[in-house]
Amino acid sequence: MTLELLTGGEAVAHAMRQIDPDVVPVYPITPQTPIIQGFAKFVADGRAHAELVNVESEHSAMSAAIGAALAGARTMTATSSQGLALMAEVVYIAASMRAPIVMALGNRALSGPINIHCDHSDSMLIRDSGVIQLFAENAQEAYDLTVMAPRIAEHPDVLLPVLVCLDGFTITHSSEPVELLPDEVVKRFVGEYHVSHPVLDAAHPSTQGPFAMPDYYYEFRRAQAAAIEAALPLVDGVAAELAADSGRALGVLETYFVEDAEQVVVSLGSTAGTVKDVVDEFRRNGDRVGAVKICSYRPFPAVALREALAEAVKAVVLDRADSPGGAPPLLAEVSAALYGTGVELRGHVYGLGGRDLHPPDVSVLLETAQPGYVGVRGEPCPV
Amino acid sequence: MGALTPWQELPPGGVVDPTEAEQPRTGSWRTGLRPEVDLASCVNCLLCWLYCPDSAIVLDGTAFAGFDHDHCKGCEICAQACPTGAIEMVPE
Repeated sequence: MTLELLTGGEAVAHAMRQIDPDVVPVYPITPQTPIIQGFAKFVADGRAHAELVNVESEHSAMSAAIGAALAGARTMTATSSQGLALMAEVVYIAASMRAPIVMALGNRALSGPINIHCDHSDSMLIRDSGVIQLFAENAQEAYDLTVMAPRIAEHPDVLLPVLVCLDGFTITHSSEPVELLPDEVVKRFVGEYHVSHPVLDAAHPSTQGPFAMPDYYYEFRRAQAAAIEAALPLVDGVAAELAADSGRALGVLETYFVEDAEQVVVSLGSTAGTVKDVVDEFRRNGDRVGAVKICSYRPFPAVALREALAEAVKAVVLDRADSPGGAPPLLAEVSAALYGTGVELRGHVYGLGGRDLHPPDVSVLLETAQPGYVGVRGEPCPV
Repeated sequence: MGALTPWQELPPGGVVDPTEAEQPRTGSWRTGLRPEVDLASCVNCLLCWLYCPDSAIVLDGTAFAGFDHDHCKGCEICAQACPTGAIEMVPE
């Protein structure tokens, strides 16, 4: 096994090279571009063999990805922010047509104002599309989750797109030591791609993506809900299998000092790393603080979260996306999961448009009783 | 799919077998115009069969054999595609 200094984007490009998909239709957008730039170089150098399709937009990228995936080609793509917004219509269709596409999402704030830095508003825009969304904490996890993704996407009980979400710049552009698995291990791990009804099988013609009237639409949506629910145990199962090769434990969520914690911080993505450092500080002072990192945002591990917070008094939920006029998305999710448990909830929106959240900011958050926006000028909760 | 199927039995993604595509009788939506053919002008080029967006052109082997009105929506594409003007749309 080799340890290399890689950005998250480069790490994902390496995972793609090792998976060696057949087709990659993609359109560049910051901060995703380094992923596909790195992968395109692997293709140009003959180290990966994908048909790289330079489409004219993200709407076309996902459309081409659906066609390729259903024709029998293992298909991957990548996007960010406005690219995902333009693609959104087709993301819903990819899920509905049960196309097991793997997509890297370099999380970036949605316009406006136009911004290129990290928050999770792009992920939340397609929250209800039926695609699986796995959030990485760092470059290593972005790599590991990308290696896991085809196994989850292509499982016959699932057959859904999987998005590997990595925080724009914080993960996509920051170099860290990353341990790559040997090429042959990844090749064996992901196996061969099979599709049950290849759309180009002229001997067995079929209609795909049919119109559904009120007598069938609801049944299709119900089947889709069952498919994403089936992915929840599979994320843990595939993670455990990969751990046998990598020695790194991943899962639908990660708990950190929750056993006797009074106060538990729940977060997504790279912020979870900052939170864990702060938990260490509090623990050194004898304060019973813990953390939960949600890896699988969709499907959401509600039961595992309830179990993790069984002893907690308070949960502090950090949302890097807002829902103006309503509860921010992670807070809404955690509230639903913990309803009736008596755990006191406090939600904070933070870090919109790439605003940093430093360790001292998290310490302030843990000591305040005030919910709401943090790290924004003009609010009483200072960081 | 004939009888209504519970969600557990639907094929993933709603893949439809060609034998099932005849089930919706799309001809019931017809616009009020239906195609009629003057066989004396028909050169059997089968452009009508090729262009028909449903399955309303009936063949006998490779020979034009008339219309399947259960699947003709009256879209007039066959009449437009016919190079000899053999197909005419007539009010029902």
